Amino acid sequence: MAETTMAHAAHATARPDGLKGIAADWSSDQRAFKNVSWGKAMMWIFLLSDTFIFGCFLLSYMTARMSTTVPWPNASEVFGLHVGGVSVPLLLIAIMTFVLISSSGTMAMAVMQGYKKNRKASAILMLATAALGATFVGMQAFEWTKLISEGVRPWGNPWGAEQFGAAFFMITGFHGTHVTIGVIFLLIIARKVWRGDYDTGQRGFFTSRRGQYESVEIMGLYWHFVDLVWVFIFAFFYLW
Amino acid sequence: MVDVTPGAVAPVPPAEVPEVELYHPHSWWTKYVFSQDAKVIAIQYSGTAIAIGLVALVLSWLMRLQLGFPGTFDFITPEAYYQFITMHGMIMVIYLLTALFLGGFGNYLIPLMVGARDMVFPYVNMLSYWIYLLAVLVLVASFFVPGGPTGGGWTLYPPQIILSGTPGGQGAGIILMLVSLILFIIGFTMGGLNYVVTVLQGRTRGMTLMRMPLTVWGIFTATVMALLAFPALFVACVMMLFDRLLGTSFFMPALVEMGEQLSYGGGSPILFQHLFWFFGHPEVYIVALPAFGIVSDLISTHARKNIFGYRMMVWAIVAIGALSFIVWAHHMYVSGMHPYFGFFFATTTLIIAIPTAIKVYNWVLTLWRGDIHLTIPMLFALAFIVTFVNGGLTGLFLGNVVVDVPLSDTMFVVAHFHMVMGVAPILVIFGAIYHWYPKITGRMLDETMGQLHFWITFIGAYAIFFPMHYVGLVGVPRRYPDISGTAFIPESVSTLNAFITVAALIVGFAQMVFLFNLFWSLRFGREAGGNPWRATTLEWQTPETPPAHGNFGKELPIVYRWAYDYSVPGAKEDFLAQNDPGGPRAAASA
Repeated sequence: MAETTMAHAAHATARPDGLKGIAADWSSDQRAFKNVSWGKAMMWIFLLSDTFIFGCFLLSYMTARMSTTVPWPNASEVFGLHVGGVSVPLLLIAIMTFVLISSSGTMAMAVMQGYKKNRKASAILMLATAALGATFVGMQAFEWTKLISEGVRPWGNPWGAEQFGAAFFMITGFHGTHVTIGVIFLLIIARKVWRGDYDTGQRGFFTSRRGQYESVEIMGLYWHFVDLVWVFIFAFFYLW
Repeated sequence: MVDVTPGAVAPVPPAEVPEVELYHPHSWWTKYVFSQDAKVIAIQYSGTAIAIGLVALVLSWLMRLQLGFPGTFDFITPEAYYQFITMHGMIMVIYLLTALFLGGFGNYLIPLMVGARDMVFPYVNMLSYWIYLLAVLVLVASFFVPGGPTGGGWTLYPPQIILSGTPGGQGAGIILMLVSLILFIIGFTMGGLNYVVTVLQGRTRGMTLMRMPLTVWGIFTATVMALLAFPALFVACVMMLFDRLLGTSFFMPALVEMGEQLSYGGGSPILFQHLFWFFGHPEVYIVALPAFGIVSDLISTHARKNIFGYRMMVWAIVAIGALSFIVWAHHMYVSGMHPYFGFFFATTTLIIAIPTAIKVYNWVLTLWRGDIHLTIPMLFALAFIVTFVNGGLTGLFLGNVVVDVPLSDTMFVVAHFHMVMGVAPILVIFGAIYHWYPKITGRMLDETMGQLHFWITFIGAYAIFFPMHYVGLVGVPRRYPDISGTAFIPESVSTLNAFITVAALIVGFAQMVFLFNLFWSLRFGREAGGNPWRATTLEWQTPETPPAHGNFGKELPIVYRWAYDYSVPGAKEDFLAQNDPGGPRAAASA
């Protein structure tokens, strides 16, 4: 894809600011979002669509939780860990959240290094992001194992409303799948960056198009989105 | 009309991005099968959609045979009837109409009409089709599994949809249906992202949003809606799949079946209805908006007149799209909602009548004093307006809570939605195929067969669905395989039912004429030339017909004007194409 965001910045700077600028952009020809490449636009619109998916999941969960006639299991007990004989509520989740938020930091740094064309630094930071993401999924697997060993099932649990297990496994599972897909794509893009595909104009295996360092940023958009979704899941599932 | 004298054209800004390299096919396989060319993908989408649509057509015959002549056909058991009705509805709404309008017309027309070489991500676009095909195959597979396809109605309402009393409920039928829907949504999302980004970011020089043909506006808005509405169906399908396979109780309350307490408990069937209709109502307009757009272009072209109130037409499309997200619960007046909700949703529902009426008036005003050519596409377009108004008026009945409550779940509802989202969009599809077939193949469809097809379809559709309103008004419920011998239903209903059935069979067979025409004209149709309708939009200005890979030859067209400069005074011909600068020619006569 030969199209870039940077090369034509001069053209865009001639446009008015603020609301007038938005109106001018939308009433112009060729592109409604000036300086936004096709790939980036597509990722943003996909994320909007994905937001509706997570929104529907979370709203369904809230409906189930608010309309249930049996008590909902107490989150701070269920998700607590016993460390040295002391029950620490939300310990694991706190660590998981910390890990995932940190991975957003390394991702942002990878984007910056990518645009500076520091190939190795960018690739290493992406690998770090992937490692943190994998750690997150690993801890999620640990949490699932713990809950399953305590008797939580999609169709019931020892403490109350059976929708608890169902919603928990479904929503965290769906989010974990997103993280896993993100890790896979991080590895693919890190490899391309490391090899210098974006400098040499190597064609993509499937799409046969030339990539560029913007792919790192587009990957970052997805990754930050997955993080943001986790914040909502954390708030609605663990803190409520 | 007189004040559209072509003046000097405004300067067109320079290209903002260099041209993108196209993927060029290397073999027969990558050219015709695993093609990344939006035009080929469009034909694949359309072919698949029409093929599966024929299955749904046959299912409707079987249902009508049962309703018209109950007891005559032994193989149509009540279970089979329910399966036919479910599959007919689901196929027609999703796998035919949505796929054909967005996957078919969207793929073919968007790049050509906005002046792009292809969709922005051709590879993803290709994947979209193959996943759609997979979804269709999974759906078809459900006909061949033990227990057959699901028979719980196309709305898939729990709890009955996964209980043993429903055909396919405890078999694989419902599982395959849900998996197929999930696949469809994934595939559609891939295509839909392409359509939206192509319209927003991939237009040619001079093509502003407010110069786009209304066809593109309709398909674009519908795609945006689909990207926001399908997630609700996706979530509902995933949750129901878990209810059926894992024994979760998202939608399943505690219940007793055949004297046996099931292990479900605490779920909310109403939650499913909300999710389903949050998808389902926008879905109506996902089907209707492309039809609105296409019909606007057909009317303008064949009446040789600029569309009346282009801006209002665009804003009406956008307004309908936005409003359709806050009306979903009008499908649920009898589900046991708080009455205030009914009041709210009735109000929003009736407000939609305003932008819709704007569109209808503007179509009529476009026709007014136009140079109307009664070509086949125009006939279908006119038939659409009449049918849509008809279906829309009964929508006003059903949108009001007090009127809806007695009419709910009667044949009146069936007649209403078949008129408004069945017959009306299908008429547009036919019109659009007659209109664009010359561009796709280079040959015209046969006129005589077209006339035959049109008149039988149009009159036949009224013969089917007009009496059905009366059948509904006397209280015949929908989804009953046999209502004969019921005390409150008069004898005459049976006669009417038999009449409807005969009409349905005739209309069904008339479609075979159409199909035959499609293949016959491919070989024997009249040579069309590049622009047989003398239309202004870019797809008619391509150097080759059918358009070659890359659509526009060496140079992309530059757009100087909107899509509706017909009957322009001072112009040499009676129209100015969008990429026609007009300049000296028009100036000389002015």
